[in-house]
Amino acid sequence: MDLPSALSLALPELILAIGAMAVLVFGAFRGERASGAVAVLAGAALVAAAFAAALGPLGVAFNGAFVMDRMAAYSKVAIYVASAFGIVLGHGWLGRVSNQKFEYSVLILLATIGMSMMVSSGDMISLYVGVELQSLALYVMAAFQRDDAKASEAGLKYFVLGALSSGLMLYGISLIYGFTGAMRFDAVAAAVSGEAGTGVIFGLVFLICGLAFKVSAAPFHMWTPDVYEGGPTPAVAFIAAGPKLAAMVLFARTLSQGFFGVHDQWAQVVMIIAAISFVVGAFGGLMQRDIKRLLAYSSIANMGYALLAVAAGTQAGIQALLVFLVLYMIDITGFFACLMALSRDGRPVTTIAELSGLRRVNPGVALALTVLSLSVLGMPPFSGFWGKYYVFKAAIGAGLWPIAVAGLVASVVAAFYYLRIIKVMWFDAAPAPTDGAPAETRLVAFASAAFCFPLVLVALALLDPAARNAASALGLG
Amino acid sequence: MPNILSVITFLPLVGALVVLGLRLTSRPDDRPVVERTSKWIALWTTLATFALSIWLCVVFDRNAPGFQFVERYEWFSGAQYYLGVDGVSVLFVLLTAFLLPLCILASWTSIKERVIDYMIAFLVLETLVIGVFTALDLFLFYIFFEGGLVPMFLIIGIWGGKNRIYAAYKFFLYTLLGSVLMLAAMLYMAYTAGTTSIPELMKFHFDPMTQQLLWIGFFASFAVKMPMWPVHTWLPDAHVEAPTAGSVILAGILLKLGGYGFLRFNLPMFPQASELFAPFVFTLSVIAIVYTSLVAFRQTDIKKLIAYSSVAHMGFVTMGIFAGNALGIQGAIFQMLSHGVISGALFLCVGVIYDRMHTREIAFYGGLTSRMPIYAATFLLFTMANVGLPGTSGFIGEITTMTGVYNVSTWAAIVSASGVIFSAVYALTLYRRVMFGELTNPQLANISDMDWREMAVFAPLVIGTLALGVYPNFVFDFTTASVDALVATYQAAIAG
Repeated sequence: MDLPSALSLALPELILAIGAMAVLVFGAFRGERASGAVAVLAGAALVAAAFAAALGPLGVAFNGAFVMDRMAAYSKVAIYVASAFGIVLGHGWLGRVSNQKFEYSVLILLATIGMSMMVSSGDMISLYVGVELQSLALYVMAAFQRDDAKASEAGLKYFVLGALSSGLMLYGISLIYGFTGAMRFDAVAAAVSGEAGTGVIFGLVFLICGLAFKVSAAPFHMWTPDVYEGGPTPAVAFIAAGPKLAAMVLFARTLSQGFFGVHDQWAQVVMIIAAISFVVGAFGGLMQRDIKRLLAYSSIANMGYALLAVAAGTQAGIQALLVFLVLYMIDITGFFACLMALSRDGRPVTTIAELSGLRRVNPGVALALTVLSLSVLGMPPFSGFWGKYYVFKAAIGAGLWPIAVAGLVASVVAAFYYLRIIKVMWFDAAPAPTDGAPAETRLVAFASAAFCFPLVLVALALLDPAARNAASALGLG
Repeated sequence: MPNILSVITFLPLVGALVVLGLRLTSRPDDRPVVERTSKWIALWTTLATFALSIWLCVVFDRNAPGFQFVERYEWFSGAQYYLGVDGVSVLFVLLTAFLLPLCILASWTSIKERVIDYMIAFLVLETLVIGVFTALDLFLFYIFFEGGLVPMFLIIGIWGGKNRIYAAYKFFLYTLLGSVLMLAAMLYMAYTAGTTSIPELMKFHFDPMTQQLLWIGFFASFAVKMPMWPVHTWLPDAHVEAPTAGSVILAGILLKLGGYGFLRFNLPMFPQASELFAPFVFTLSVIAIVYTSLVAFRQTDIKKLIAYSSVAHMGFVTMGIFAGNALGIQGAIFQMLSHGVISGALFLCVGVIYDRMHTREIAFYGGLTSRMPIYAATFLLFTMANVGLPGTSGFIGEITTMTGVYNVSTWAAIVSASGVIFSAVYALTLYRRVMFGELTNPQLANISDMDWREMAVFAPLVIGTLALGVYPNFVFDFTTASVDALVATYQAAIAG
């Protein structure tokens, strides 16, 4: 493949990379007052990249290191949209806490390029580069409130543990390379078809552990509650949405494309991680008082469900994964937007107890939060139910019904803490009025609640074929 | 009208949206006007739904066993929008539509806080419950079945009594745990049979081992909903804490979802497993009948007593269904409909004195006959119907069920017959302690008898109980064709 057509495949990444550098220079010259313009330009770059990803050509470039297939296109559009929401939420919030810095939008763009590389990676080098590019930007974002001890702690924790997981991943990659002599997924697949030596399996387990860290699956979840609690809320909202999708898609692509021949072996590992995740997520959230910590456990549980779809190792499983993650991203973005919309006397609302009586003082946000809670809980007909529906259908179709039943039972345990949110808002008395909600948070919160129900019933008719189409790119049965 | 089922199902939801729109657009100082309007909108919506469901029963072809008024559209990924009613479900639609206007009327003055939200919750609940009875797609059924938890959770949690939050949680989590097992079974069925259509699944043959697992999945959900002993403990709490109309819906309709589910899923789809597990179900049912009757006798709270009596009466239903013969199933359906009317009426009776005195303690009352003669007569009628006095609908349901069970399991029928005696013991004791004797409590001296609104609420219930008791064929005319077809395929499946 010649260079121009290879570059045309990577057009979305090019737009983002050039855009990121351009706005960085622009911001550096204009200073902090340019942050509004930088945010708008970054958003425009994301929208342009989304169109490029949706409409651009498909193919493999750079000696197989970069794959632009339908799954990559689907994931990229979702990631870019999520990142655009991240900029919208982040810009307004930073202005209100008087920490308006144009670098925030640039960091989002850089993280987005990393995520883009992750979902497009065709070999283990681009896998690693993508993961690192994304993670480095996220570490900085987690510590963006540098005067806040908790945020600095969150950033440091995230960084140290992230570096450890990168080390694990690199070690795994080197083992796999050593035993197969291949870096590209298709070459690895050819080398391990049928049987794999202990060395390769050893390396694969390390690789899985590293990836499990990135998606915050238990038992590699320790950083999640602290980062969620300490990090600035818009940054956490961003970390909780797009990067999860990117890492999950990377997870699925690596295992299903590079190691499909040894599906039996890695499926066990993934299944165990999935089961631990939804159990830890369900029980760990029960006693939380801080809403963001609660959401951290909720995301651990949800990543468990997503991994269940990966473990299925079928096309239906990948389709379920893609639908589930998009629905989950919308849910969680709305959840954080609600959280950002709420403050009392200028202090953000952080604990569940502070939500009490919210339906009286802020009925709109209370209603949105109720819809979103019910959706994450998995109550039909809200969107979260449909995500779980796809995942469990795929898992049961692949014969994983014992673990699917365990997952469903765990979701009942988790229901307790979502109900608690609803309970304090609707049944308890209000202590004091909340401040007026900023427009952009209200908009995002209402839009995602409206998506959870009733828009999802229409959206699924479009999302279902799109995800099936995307999943077929892996060529699974 | 080709889409009559959709209209009946979603008409209450439209009413709810109208009320919601009114609420969102109104100014705070208009609140009293909006509250009054929302009550009338709710009443007229439920009455219109009732009128439509009567019309549905009139045009329903009683001699055809299959599903009628079918609506079917493809949706996505195999799921479909698929509605239809047979001789069984059409009566439950009627029962639901019948009880809802009474619930609205019964709450007319007793609900003073957040009236608009209350009306919305009831209208949404009506749509969801009717949807359960009309859905013919697995997942559509699940959406309606499970969705009903949310408005009920709010009704108990917002307008309930002192311990309402505990009761609301217990109700929600118990039911959810049962339901997710059913969801797993449904997903497996959809995967194995390749269809989510309930009529097609009824014809699909699952192998015996699979049937047993799937049967357990569905049983977990419906047994909790029913509720069967020993998973009945959420019911007394939920009943005691729920507002009167909430109790009526709970006892009158939501409990019937369990029995309906057994008839729609367990029996026709997993016949071999149903036969295998029938003795197990009989055992649980007999324990429910005897044990909860005894527990009911010891209660000091009127609502709790009636709640336990509901568990006992539902024992007859499960027994009748799994007898697997026409008599048993017909009796079970009749018992469900009759209990829907009677238990609803009994909870409304409790509501009448609760609205006046704000306590449900049996010991607080006594000698009410002298002050409230009309009320005493009404309460007596429903107490007798609850005991199963001939001439009331309660008698027909119990006698038919027991006859059907006798053919299958003699001992179960004999032991359960003692439940009729026990029910007389607790129900008549309750009546004696509340109604008869001297009026000793000075607080009761000025208690007033029922007003016109309350009488208007009870009149249809009185007529319904007596009419069904005297002319049970009204129900059997509808159900015979469907039940015969069900029994024929069931017997063929377990013989073959």
